[in-house]
Amino acid sequence: MHALAGVNFNLQAGEVHALMGENGAGKSTLIKTLTGVHQRDQGTVLLDGKPVSASSPLQAESLGIKTVYQEVNLIPHLSVAENITIGRQPGWMGMVNWRAARNAAKRALDRLGLNLDLDRELCSYSVAIQQMVAIARAVSEDAKVLILDEPTSSLDENEVDDLFVIIDGLRKDGLGVIFVTHFLDQVYRISDRITVLRSGELVGEYLTAELPRLELVGEMLGKNVNEDDAMWSSSRQPSTGDRHAIEVKEKQTLLEAKAWRRRGAMEPFDLTIGSGEVLGLAGLLGSGRSEIARLLFGLDAATGGKLCIDGKLCANWSPRKAIAAGLAFCPEDRKVDGVIGRLSVRENILLAMQASRSVLKTVSLPQQTALAEHYIDRLRIKTPSSETAVDTLSGGNQQKVLLARWLAMSPKLLILDEPTRGIDVGAKSEVELLVESLRREGMAIIFISSELDEIVRTCQRVAVVRDHQLLGELQGGISEKAIMEMIASAKPIDGAKRVDGAP
Amino acid sequence: MSKRKRSSLVGILTSHSLFWPIMALVALLGFNAIFVPSFFYIQVVDGHLFGSLIDVLNRGAIGVVLAIGMTIVIATGGVDLSVGSVMAIAGGVAALLLTETQASCWMVVGAALLASLLAGLVNGMLVAKLKIQPIIATLILMVSGRGIAKFIAGEKIITIGEKSFDASFDYFGNGHLLGLPFPVSIFVVLFVVTFLATRWTSIGLFVEAVGANEKASRAAGVSATRVKIWAYVFAGFCAGIAGLIAASNIGAADTINAGVFSELDAIFAVVVGATALTGGRFSLTGSVIGAILLQLMMTTLYTLGVPSDVAPVPKAVVIVMVCLLQSPVFRDQFGRLLSMERKREGL
Repeated sequence: MHALAGVNFNLQAGEVHALMGENGAGKSTLIKTLTGVHQRDQGTVLLDGKPVSASSPLQAESLGIKTVYQEVNLIPHLSVAENITIGRQPGWMGMVNWRAARNAAKRALDRLGLNLDLDRELCSYSVAIQQMVAIARAVSEDAKVLILDEPTSSLDENEVDDLFVIIDGLRKDGLGVIFVTHFLDQVYRISDRITVLRSGELVGEYLTAELPRLELVGEMLGKNVNEDDAMWSSSRQPSTGDRHAIEVKEKQTLLEAKAWRRRGAMEPFDLTIGSGEVLGLAGLLGSGRSEIARLLFGLDAATGGKLCIDGKLCANWSPRKAIAAGLAFCPEDRKVDGVIGRLSVRENILLAMQASRSVLKTVSLPQQTALAEHYIDRLRIKTPSSETAVDTLSGGNQQKVLLARWLAMSPKLLILDEPTRGIDVGAKSEVELLVESLRREGMAIIFISSELDEIVRTCQRVAVVRDHQLLGELQGGISEKAIMEMIASAKPIDGAKRVDGAP
Repeated sequence: MSKRKRSSLVGILTSHSLFWPIMALVALLGFNAIFVPSFFYIQVVDGHLFGSLIDVLNRGAIGVVLAIGMTIVIATGGVDLSVGSVMAIAGGVAALLLTETQASCWMVVGAALLASLLAGLVNGMLVAKLKIQPIIATLILMVSGRGIAKFIAGEKIITIGEKSFDASFDYFGNGHLLGLPFPVSIFVVLFVVTFLATRWTSIGLFVEAVGANEKASRAAGVSATRVKIWAYVFAGFCAGIAGLIAASNIGAADTINAGVFSELDAIFAVVVGATALTGGRFSLTGSVIGAILLQLMMTTLYTLGVPSDVAPVPKAVVIVMVCLLQSPVFRDQFGRLLSMERKREGL
């Protein structure tokens, strides 16, 4: 396995070059090989036509390759001037010439058109300003290449505008800027060229002006939009889809979220789901799909909006209350929020059920074992015994243990976040079959997946998420193309069912 | 074939987490059997058992009681540094009531335990609600606890003896039940009750789940906050019992010396007894063995005439040895070293 294999990337002076790809596509690895954090196994780096080799970040900096990371890498309690000049203060024999240092800092800020108090503590400024100070520091000395790694992820719209003015200025100064982001809109606003990576490999390099959004999304997901449309449509017969749509109308509403939101993670969204329905959440990785799931389940606290389950308003929402209300959640990262590796299969399956009872109503050991054996059998969990520690099982079987935990609770709503990631094809179709049979039993299911074909096969309704916003919903005649068009659209599509109240 | 089977049996035995602590215990007992002939001699006087072995258990009782409470806290992924100070507080409260009031023995014991429960609750709140690092949170009470105890019991060491001394309070540290010293009976009962409470109900599962992965436990609906608070309250309760035994034992509430360094001994006992400091799986049996091992070691050293201020050095060596032998990483490297040695010999 290579984190990055045979990728060509070239950056011209005076351009902004966007580096795109889903999480894990190899963006960070590429950046880190350029800046000397990681060493490459093969290949060369040419700077101004000369081969260079940075074996450390410090060396890369001295070559003129400067990086500003997502989390500002400065010292919060030092002054602005100190932060800009630290490590290269003018002076003699360890004595610092503070006047010269202040002047140098002033020049660096002036270059970006920033007017800041040089003596104020850096942390008294907003994150956006801190980021700009970091850029000022980076370009204050003979910079040739400026790498911006997700610089806008914690900025609001006005701050992004200010940042783009600065980036534009640097471009005019002849700097080469590498802009790493997953915000589509911003890429089209600022970049000249786009390089797309997927699974550590180069997908292609494009002129931004000549690459339609839809095609860009297609490249990132690995779908070719120019192929025959038949390839795109649902494998399910349209009539089946319609039948589902009718079924859905008859079902009762189970969960209803209104303007439910979390500052910095998810814009307000409205969502309803009824029993016996599979709702898909589609979008790129990191677009806010998992955030929706975590908010609904109470793993992250919402900062506004309201949530009703069975018509009852949910206050002080927490996983404990969510479980009591009949929710269940298989998270994306099952090792962090899912299974407890050091405990046995039996204990992992039992945990939620026992937690919902009082300590005095302990499930007896024979009952526990019977419960575990039942689900090991039903879900075909491959384990030596019910007493085996879960972290010795394969990823797919850990996933099944987690499913067993929730099925034992017979939930009303099951949220599956990437249930098929990292498991083999056979196990994937098992999951799809299971989802279908649970739906028939009347369970509501939220199905999150990066694989659009899976969503199209499994879901009756699909909500599309992008840049931490719920764009809208698709219902009936769901196709991969329709989903991708919605992800690529500049604004929510009019034709699709627009979610009420969402901004 | 049979040889292979035997070696795998040895493998299973040596890889059991309690193998090395038990071996250390056996080795120490064997050492005593050879060099201290009177060590295994047990006398019956007035229906009470006396002898070096009984003495080890009696003196080790405080350590065992503290280790039981510490096990639960460590299993949740925390640590309680304040148990020594809480012992002093419990002793101080008991001394105050015994000398200044006409309270009955039960009330004295109840008040002292209540004080220690409160101390545990404070620790639990700081750790679980305010999310302060356990070491820092319990350090607060560790440092301030002795001051509180002094404030309760007055400036001087209060001697509970003399005229107001309650005979039934003396029983706590010096009495006998069914032939055994009462402190031994206390730790046996506490161990059995704790063992059953954690293994026959789901308390043990919750503690281990929270210690092994707090986030995942929360996502499964376990109230990690509540589990942690109760763990510290329980550790406080154990410290209270230990404090009462100590106060009754010497017939005084020594707020300055009671339980000094006992928190560290308790942590040692837990670690030697195969409960990882990172939390998760815990072994109460292991902790009890660990605490008795520590006491046996001290008693042995004293019997050999090692001065008390030098004794911690060999004690530390043994602790390090047992911990190293338990560590899979160390055993792995050690095994590799051995096999390399064998290869060299073969050449």
